[in-house]
Amino acid sequence: MGEPTTIFKRPASLRDAFTHYCPGCTHGVIHRLIAETLDELGLRERTIGIAPVGCSVLAYNYFYCDFQEAAHGRAPALATGLKRVLPDRIVFTYQGDGDLASIGTAEIVHAANRGEKFTTIFVNNAIYGMTGGQMAPTTMPNQVTTTCPRGRDVNLAGWPLPVADMLAQLRTPAYVERVAVHTPRHIIQAKRAIRQAFQYQAEQRCYSFVEVLSTCPTNWGKTPAEACKWLDEVMVPYFKLGRKKSPDRPPVE
Amino acid sequence: MAKKLMKGNEAIGEAAIVAGAQAYFCYPITPQTEVAEYLAKRMPEVGGVFVQAESELAASQMIFGAAAAGARVFTTSSSPGISLMSEAMSYIAAAELPAVFINIIRCGPGLGGILPSQGDYLQATKGGGHGDYRFLVLAPSTIQETVDLVIEAFRLADKYRNPVLLIGDGLIGQMMEPVDFAGRTAPPRLDTSDWATTGCAGREPHIVKTLFLDPNVLEQRNRRMRDKYEQMKREEVRFEAYLCDDAPELVVVAYGTTARVVRTAVDRLREEGAKVGMFRPISVFPFPDEPLRQQALLPSVRAVLVVEMSMGQMLEDVERALQGRRPLHFFGRGGGNVPSPEELIRECRRLLGNGQGGR
Repeated sequence: MGEPTTIFKRPASLRDAFTHYCPGCTHGVIHRLIAETLDELGLRERTIGIAPVGCSVLAYNYFYCDFQEAAHGRAPALATGLKRVLPDRIVFTYQGDGDLASIGTAEIVHAANRGEKFTTIFVNNAIYGMTGGQMAPTTMPNQVTTTCPRGRDVNLAGWPLPVADMLAQLRTPAYVERVAVHTPRHIIQAKRAIRQAFQYQAEQRCYSFVEVLSTCPTNWGKTPAEACKWLDEVMVPYFKLGRKKSPDRPPVE
Repeated sequence: MAKKLMKGNEAIGEAAIVAGAQAYFCYPITPQTEVAEYLAKRMPEVGGVFVQAESELAASQMIFGAAAAGARVFTTSSSPGISLMSEAMSYIAAAELPAVFINIIRCGPGLGGILPSQGDYLQATKGGGHGDYRFLVLAPSTIQETVDLVIEAFRLADKYRNPVLLIGDGLIGQMMEPVDFAGRTAPPRLDTSDWATTGCAGREPHIVKTLFLDPNVLEQRNRRMRDKYEQMKREEVRFEAYLCDDAPELVVVAYGTTARVVRTAVDRLREEGAKVGMFRPISVFPFPDEPLRQQALLPSVRAVLVVEMSMGQMLEDVERALQGRRPLHFFGRGGGNVPSPEELIRECRRLLGNGQGGR
């Protein structure tokens, strides 16, 4: 027997801190996947994250790298200003669905369409978490929230906004993928996608966008296990997983 | 460099380049769009960043991102655009980031019109965005003064780590005058190394944020910002007193383009022998309270007249400064109309005739 070796530890890109996230929330998993990526690609010391408004507004308390905190929905604008003046740094926005898919729709579409060379991690849990469970643009049909107490009525509120699929329609070269984190298999796939997104940025190739289907047991009114099952049975059939667009596979003319 | 005939908006662009601006983020809106057109050509020539954003909301938040990275940055807009930028203005002030905003004011409210106005004075000097913050606000009245104050605005933004707003009515943007850039240089750069987000190699991470949930921590920041504004009041007051040193009976208070018309009216009235002077605030926040008092409360002064291209906004600051100690009168034009020297001369004659009347 040789000396014991460490096979699992906290990534250097995460602080040694307890998070404020609710039990069963998958923000912690997603934070870890990003942090592992920054470690593995050796990017931490030249990375600046942009925190959104929403549950992950305090992300800078958990990541161990430079951070800016944006107004609601404006993270892609901050990232644009930052990346344009420091083009050799790694910049990522971390945004929820209220932030990115509602109040920040213009900012995300135009940053992507300009091909800004930063990365967006879009955490879609189909609800406003921080404000206590209101309807989001990504809330599922008939899903009950505090502002659609009889369930989302698609005749009045429309269908959930499929952001990854929308951005993939843009001509500007980009990497767009949708993943989920409700099973170990999905987490491994999510890690691969996040790492790919940062890799493309490190190569100065393109804007990269990863939508991560995430759970919100507290505001969904479910146990963590039930939440994972609901994500799989209700969200995944609508928000189709997979690589939507890649700079390595240009669209067919 | 010899004097050059330049349009105000282009001179603003060139002045920012002279001042060492590294990035400019914008959105087109009349009557300031020529700044964007000028810098679309010029910024790439000097290795600077030019981005036409998707909205004023985004342009002004790009300012946040770039300023928080330690870059010298600015934007320009006009009234409805400034309303949208007010969101970012609050955040930029809260994060104590240096940045320069320029508002080439058009008439309002709403879409209003595209002609000159001074109707954004209260928005500029009393807030605009939410929360307990102030911009340092400068109001030039010639293109040359605009150039010099744009350069100065970058210095002051760094000095206070606070946004500086330069306001000019539409005429300042649109008219042409000879300007001189000789001897003008970039103010020294603020050392941003202890707070800018540039990547944490060799140091602890920097965080630029505006959320402070602990009331005592936030109050401490509120107090520190208040202290900055008090320092501005002590150190940054600027004004011009024109023909005020020979016991004037009437003092006319005006700023920006309006002050140019007042100057003409005062000159003509002086030819008639009327004892009229002009007081022109150049910094409107901080407002030159004490210098105005010294001028307007001279025993010779029988009345004070405020002239604005609004229905009476700076008037409130003049009222506050004079505290009812002299009869105060107001003459305002709106809708994009600029007061004429003739109508101001008539108004001054009327006041000099009865002198004592209240407002």
